[in-house]
Amino acid sequence: MIPKISFQDVSRSFELAGQKSFLALDKLSLDIEDGEFVTVVGPSGCGKSTAMNIAAGLITPSSGSVLVDGAEVTGPGPERGVIFQQYALFPWLTVRQNVEFGLQITGMPRAKRREIADRFIQLVGLGDFANSLPKTLSGGMKQRCAIARAYAVNPKILLMDEPFGALDALTRVQLQDQLLQTWSQERRTVMFITHDVDEAVYLASRVIVMASRPGRLHRIIPVDLPYPRTEEMRLSPEFAALRNEVWRSVYHPAEH
Amino acid sequence: MSSTDSAAPPRPGGFLTGRLLGSGSAMLGINIVAVVLGIAIWAAITSLGVVGLPGPMEVLRKGVELAGSALLLSDALASLGRVLSGFLLGIAVAIPVGFLMGWYRIARGLIEPYVQFFRTIPPLAIIPLAIVTMGIGETPKIFVIFLAAFLTSVVATYQGVITVDRTLVNAARVLGAKDMTIFRRVVIPASTPFIMVGVRIGLGSSWATVVAAELIAAQSGLGFRMQQAQLYYDLPTIFVSLIAIGILGLLMDRIIIAIDRALTSWQEKA
Repeated sequence: MIPKISFQDVSRSFELAGQKSFLALDKLSLDIEDGEFVTVVGPSGCGKSTAMNIAAGLITPSSGSVLVDGAEVTGPGPERGVIFQQYALFPWLTVRQNVEFGLQITGMPRAKRREIADRFIQLVGLGDFANSLPKTLSGGMKQRCAIARAYAVNPKILLMDEPFGALDALTRVQLQDQLLQTWSQERRTVMFITHDVDEAVYLASRVIVMASRPGRLHRIIPVDLPYPRTEEMRLSPEFAALRNEVWRSVYHPAEH
Repeated sequence: MSSTDSAAPPRPGGFLTGRLLGSGSAMLGINIVAVVLGIAIWAAITSLGVVGLPGPMEVLRKGVELAGSALLLSDALASLGRVLSGFLLGIAVAIPVGFLMGWYRIARGLIEPYVQFFRTIPPLAIIPLAIVTMGIGETPKIFVIFLAAFLTSVVATYQGVITVDRTLVNAARVLGAKDMTIFRRVVIPASTPFIMVGVRIGLGSSWATVVAAELIAAQSGLGFRMQQAQLYYDLPTIFVSLIAIGILGLLMDRIIIAIDRALTSWQEKA
């Protein structure tokens, strides 16, 4: 079976003003299977966001390619939903209009659009806020709206770039549980970027650890905990052991 | 942008309302007291004969007289007509040109030198040239107002387009939006607050320009009326015209603020 997402020797360098180019990502090769939830963790400058943006089609690789279902990515597309750290909701549109945005582009009739949008708004628990503007929502609610918007266009893949990075610790834990719940009902292939080791272990079936200078794949650590994940698991010795292992390979890549 | 401060929507109430009085009507009360007090001081000074200026009652009588003879109305309409035609024409051209400059690098390269150059010339300085080339009718005056409105709005629109949040553009792209959709549904709404700042400044400078243009060359309008009054040492008429200019300018500004509020109420205010 061909993998859902396949990074094949993907490199990307950036020109820095007045300096020689900087290698953000060095020959990343990685396969992500259909329906899998992987997290990518690493220090800043490890190229994790660059890798995700290449898969999203928002930047082009300097060499190598990303295949989705065996076809090379050449630009953004609705089959790959992206969730940004800064939420990126359209502030002039209500929650419902934001969620309908992608559906409207496809020319879907109004009633059908609304039905789908309302379903995902309910799914992320924003039913009472469908007609609210983003400025009236908390950070956590904004990100839930962004998740509903990404889901509404029925993507096969969700690419999430530190989506909970700007939220407080408590909200973050709640959204992790909610995301896993949504994912269990609406199974998609998820590539989730984070700098939080706990989050990486709690969500993923595999943790991709990256290292910096140049940005590259360091280790892949499988998480052998069953879904659904629970609070007991989060507090279990197995979780702690995995967490320690990921922690060491992120912070001391030379030894681990 | 340095102009943002002056054009930022005023917060409801000021320091006093927020901290001490706690209501908008109290603030309005203070405003009224200030105006009444100002007029009283004006009356006191002029009745003492300290300066050779007309007092409020004299100006009021003149105002009633000019309003009664329909002269005030026809002057005001003449000035307003020039401002609105020049201003509306100015923003109607400035907004598409500003979008072109923000969206296409080539358009920016071609247009920007002209905009930056003409921005440094006060529109009034164009009047002699406009009169020589366009005659003494309405055209040169409307053209100069057009220029004043165009130059302020075009820069604001262009600034608005180039500062559109890249993440919003990317969010639209990953949802399947193509360039035209991004332009229509992201770039236009996202730059509206900037455009409205330009429109507001543009209207202010149009109004300033029309009055000055009428002082120089016109046969009607509030500026012309003052010019005439000056010849006959008719100070009350000058006062009436100045007050009319102030009130009309204030009203137009309030209308723009109301439109701005309606269009950009989605903004998160820090």
